[in-house]
Amino acid sequence: MNKHAILQARGISKHFYTPVKFKVLDQISFDAYKGEFLTLVGKSGCGKSTLLYCLSTMDTAYEGELFIADQQITGQKPNDLAALRNERIGFIFQFHYLLPEFTCIKNIMIPALKLGRFSKAEIEEKAYQKLTLLGLGDQALKPASKLSGGQQQRVAIARAMINNPDIIMCDEPTGNLDSRNAGIVFDMFKQIAHDFGQTVIVVTHDNDFASASDRTIELEDGRIIQVRSN
Amino acid sequence: MKPGINYDIAITHIVTRKKQTMVAALGVTLGVAVYLFMNSLSAGFSGFSRGEIFKNNAHIKVYKADEISTPLAQDAHAESVILNPQITTLSQRLINPEMLLKEIKQQPFITHAITQVDVSAFYNRGNTQIKGTASGVNMDDYAAMFNTEKYMVAGSISALRGNLNGTIIGAGIAEKLNLSVDDNIAVSSSYAVTKVLRIVGIFSTGNSLTDNSKSYINTATAQQFLKEGPSYVTTIYANTPDPDKAAAYAEKLQAVVPYIVEDWKTTNADIVAGDKTRGTLMGAISLSILFVAAFGIYNILSETINQKINDIAILKAVGFKGRDVIQIFVAESIIMGCIGTILGLGLGAILISIMSGIYMGGPVGYFPIKFELHLFIRSLFLGILITCCAGFFPAKKAANVDPVSIFRK
Ligand SMILES: Nc1ncnc2c1ncn2[C@@H]1O[C@H](COP(=O)(O)OP(=O)(O)OP(=O)(O)O)[C@@H](O)[C@H]1O
Ligand SMILES: [Mg+2]
Repeated sequence: MNKHAILQARGISKHFYTPVKFKVLDQISFDAYKGEFLTLVGKSGCGKSTLLYCLSTMDTAYEGELFIADQQITGQKPNDLAALRNERIGFIFQFHYLLPEFTCIKNIMIPALKLGRFSKAEIEEKAYQKLTLLGLGDQALKPASKLSGGQQQRVAIARAMINNPDIIMCDEPTGNLDSRNAGIVFDMFKQIAHDFGQTVIVVTHDNDFASASDRTIELEDGRIIQVRSN
Repeated sequence: MKPGINYDIAITHIVTRKKQTMVAALGVTLGVAVYLFMNSLSAGFSGFSRGEIFKNNAHIKVYKADEISTPLAQDAHAESVILNPQITTLSQRLINPEMLLKEIKQQPFITHAITQVDVSAFYNRGNTQIKGTASGVNMDDYAAMFNTEKYMVAGSISALRGNLNGTIIGAGIAEKLNLSVDDNIAVSSSYAVTKVLRIVGIFSTGNSLTDNSKSYINTATAQQFLKEGPSYVTTIYANTPDPDKAAAYAEKLQAVVPYIVEDWKTTNADIVAGDKTRGTLMGAISLSILFVAAFGIYNILSETINQKINDIAILKAVGFKGRDVIQIFVAESIIMGCIGTILGLGLGAILISIMSGIYMGGPVGYFPIKFELHLFIRSLFLGILITCCAGFFPAKKAANVDPVSIFRK
């Protein structure tokens, strides 16, 4: 495997101050490599989501340093971070979040339209391909609010992939899926990482899922307690 | 492409919430309609009352000021000597009025100028006596300046030309003294000069004060009433191309005229002040109504943003910047504002046309309200500006949404 670090976390710590001050992340340092399928595991409340928000550049209130694609992220302006997210990071939230008034296909297209790299027709074509890949080709023109939870989650996955980002981050992406669909998603992540060279970082509870990834980082009380290559 | 997608999202929000859009737009519609209507009313009134003024007032008046005697003893060391100050002007007469009139007429900014000699007069018939003013003028010039032709109800203006024994009287005088054209009327002045004049015309301006007291005679006749010679003139009236700039023109004229030059706004300060008060009042009321409408937009947009806070968080997460979010929501409020404003202009126009068809009677006639293009433009501009501002503040709030805090909920 090509061991080029696409994301580097250096001593990331974070505190919450309400209701009482406590350290939710404590000196987290690790690299994520290009084309790697990485999982984050740990007990509920150990800080997995919090870490992922920091890595996603949406949360900037932490100590330590973060680099993505050799660029220092820590300290950049919100607008620059937004542009960086648009281009380089796809995010799938713990609870599926789509824009309910828009059709599935439009939801997928929005980040690409924002990026403006391709024409609308090209973007639509790509979005349709991704949807078909996830088994939702026939739902393309349905409003997002009329889909089941699992279907919405798959649309969110397609949206995260539309700009071919360097990194895709997922918080419990299979939480709402049956084992068959979870398997589809899982295979897909693997394919994305290994065939397209994108990095996938997934937070999960599912141990089977985690052990099938390339590498697993285990957190406990905001600290890395184990890094395991599978 | 960037503003394209923002605009796209704004449109989708608008069409998927038609009801809220319409409620917000209707608020603006009412606000703009009332604003337009009230300001048109106010403008109509002002136009009407100004028209009344210019029926027999010129834009500029030239006359001689009273001079007050100054203390004779002005010694820096001595006590100041208190004398009894008195008006020392012996005569209100303008020196060489013909020359002066000619000079005034030569000014490029003077459209008309006339001399006028006013006489306090009593109109008598039998035992009935009416007090009034007989104005000694060159009637042809006067009529050209004040459109008197329009108000003639009997006889003619030209009949007074060179007729030293003729007069044109107000309709009120004719009615009270039961006189008509070709009747004689006895007119006496405060200098105990009485003349029997032949009525050659009757006018009615609709202003009862004028119609009940005013008459026109030739300048020479007026001078005879005052026991003065043919060069006796006290006042010169002049008109300019634009009554609103009368003050500036008066100042220019002052440079060449050694007497007091007064513009009509000074002479009619009370009416002008009344107009201004009414205009300000109407403007303030209508503007506050517009503000209430804008507040409606503010409210609805704030509510939309609260409901859409998840969507905003997603947009920011996938790479929309703060200014994109502002653009989306300001675009929504501008769309609502435009719909509302355009409907409002239509509703305002309907109100104006209904109002202008209402007959008020008397000298007013139909209600003095008109379609004023500049008011339509101003309403359009204000309607959109205000909704734009009303949209900006909630949009700014939306732009500052922290997506992480939303996703954690
Ligand atoms: N806004 C906040 N203010 C204070 N404490 C918070 C806040 N958000 C999260 N926490 C706390 O931080 C800790 C880590 O939360 P986090 O959401 O990262 O857990 P997690 O590992 O993702 O758990 P789960 O598997 O249940 O999703 C928890 O103890 C939580 O109670
Ligand atoms: Mg979590």
